[in-house]
Amino acid sequence: MAISRAEIEEKVTDVLENALGADRDDIIATATLTEDLGAESIDFLDIQFQLEKKFSTPEKAFKIEQGELFPENMMSNPDFVKDGKFTDAGMAVLQERMPHVDVSVFASDRNVKGLAKIFTVKSLCDFIDIKLKK
Amino acid sequence: MRWMWIDTIVTYEPDKRLVAIKNVSLAEEHLHEHFPATATLPAQPVMPASLMIEGMAQTAGILVGSLRRFKEKVVLAKIQRAEINADVIPGQCIRYDARIERIDPMGAGTSGTIQRMDHRTGQWEKIGETEIMFSHVDQNMSGLAFPEHNFVFSDSFRNVLRSSGLGHLMD
Repeated sequence: MAISRAEIEEKVTDVLENALGADRDDIIATATLTEDLGAESIDFLDIQFQLEKKFSTPEKAFKIEQGELFPENMMSNPDFVKDGKFTDAGMAVLQERMPHVDVSVFASDRNVKGLAKIFTVKSLCDFIDIKLKK
Repeated sequence: MRWMWIDTIVTYEPDKRLVAIKNVSLAEEHLHEHFPATATLPAQPVMPASLMIEGMAQTAGILVGSLRRFKEKVVLAKIQRAEINADVIPGQCIRYDARIERIDPMGAGTSGTIQRMDHRTGQWEKIGETEIMFSHVDQNMSGLAFPEHNFVFSDSFRNVLRSSGLGHLMD
């Protein structure tokens, strides 16, 4: 049976509460993982692992490949990131690989530091939603 | 010299599990400060819980490092959960049983159980659990650069592996 959006949001909230020690009241759709909920770089891997566990079922494992949810494997590629900024190719790949985020938010300066701003609670829920429907 | 909080490795299941032992001795100076006698109470030497977590981190860290033959720098990144429910006193043994839960190019998640054994009974008793994450620092998301040499798995680790009959893992 397909999982509802409300169930996805509930489970994502559980994961963020557990991984970040965030207050449930603060885990709203527009909250950014870093600035609003205090995530640090290692927390992204923790969130990834916990989402896998939360959305796996006895029938089907929910596996998130490297670079599927967060673009960590792009950072060290000079074709995609140069002098701390995403290149044209990097922006294109980012948008193609990550339909769950709105890259236009940081399109003006393309600074990798701004990347954190595009990961919100909603983007995580969208990611799960899209992936489960595949 | 790195402060090692495990004495030997007793079980190694490649890619899955590693079990290490720590013998707690009254010769360890830190026990005399944890806790010293007060005006009203006698000294109560107990193994600090924080050092038991470090012991588990070393155990699980060796397991994670062994996955890629210690070529990557594996550092403790996050203690997701640590629960220790009983004291360990001098003369008792601690057993750290670490398992891999999830591995990724960026890092690994581990789970662990901590047990103690009193030589009077010879029985192992579970006293705690941990969930610890490790990061492969050369693949860190923040883009920080680290030295080329593997400063994590130093001679101290090599010595423990060798004395446990696992020295070949670092060759």
